[in-house]
Amino acid sequence: MLRVAVVRFPGSNCDFDTLRSAALAGGDPFFVWHRDTDLKDAEFVLLPGGFSYGDYLRSGAIARFSPIMPAVQRFAADGGPVLGICNGFQILCEAGLLPGALVRNARLSFVSRPVHIRVERADTAFTNGYQRGKLLRMPVAHGDGRFLALPDTLREIEAEGRVVVRYVSPVGTPAAGDDNPNGSANDIAGICNAAGNIVGLMPHPDRASDAAVGNTDGLGFFTSMLGWKIPAKGGASV
Amino acid sequence: MSYRVHVRVVPRAGLLDPQGQAVEHALAALGFSEAANVRIGKAIELQVNAGSPKEAETRVRQMCDKLLANPVTEDYVLEVEG
Repeated sequence: MLRVAVVRFPGSNCDFDTLRSAALAGGDPFFVWHRDTDLKDAEFVLLPGGFSYGDYLRSGAIARFSPIMPAVQRFAADGGPVLGICNGFQILCEAGLLPGALVRNARLSFVSRPVHIRVERADTAFTNGYQRGKLLRMPVAHGDGRFLALPDTLREIEAEGRVVVRYVSPVGTPAAGDDNPNGSANDIAGICNAAGNIVGLMPHPDRASDAAVGNTDGLGFFTSMLGWKIPAKGGASV
Repeated sequence: MSYRVHVRVVPRAGLLDPQGQAVEHALAALGFSEAANVRIGKAIELQVNAGSPKEAETRVRQMCDKLLANPVTEDYVLEVEG
């Protein structure tokens, strides 16, 4: 059973959804508190959605200095798979584990509704269970979800194919009108680092993983963990 | 010595500032059509113990770079009182 740590910050509110999704996918998930300093031998780390520290200063800006974050940084630097959903994505960007930033939605209002996204990368730790080009429907619920990066960074993200999911129309054609719910650059809904072990996205696969809620489009983010080959750790071999 | 430091964090030049735009439209609706390029940021004031104003400035600059501003989306200016 995969050991999956779900990190809880004060203000996390998708922690149980995320834990349950990981369990439905066949993992052995457990909570790690933000004041903890080790990840309890986790093989995967999930940063759930919510409003850590009340989104004070900037979303994710204070959570990134939580006592648990140095352990998350080391885990990620060693190639450990880390998924940030919504507020978790904001925290990963603030922590410098992913490039860019998430700022106030272009139309200013909080957006809570289903959106459509297309899988652009099907070889990451959290999307290898999908076919590239797969159209998914799942909810967003955020006020600060507009992805931005400096022009050079944005070009690099696109050139290296690091867009994991992109907002599209309900039939999978390029986003028009409100299809992109927040004004994100290039309709970007989620990105990964160069190695593909760190993934962040604004939509909520954790709210679309259980048949009981009528939508399991997001379950693949969690079952993909089963298909990820964990790179061998450095140091002495056994 | 204790120094009062004022930090002003504003959206980076050239970045769409939807809050600034909304306020600009509201001002125009109220008859203040001369208002343009409205930008909305935040003001942070803090008291800093330091040996000199220069030292206070250096420390607060570090605070800005590390936490108070996000270099991807924001610029900041700071001013040490006295």
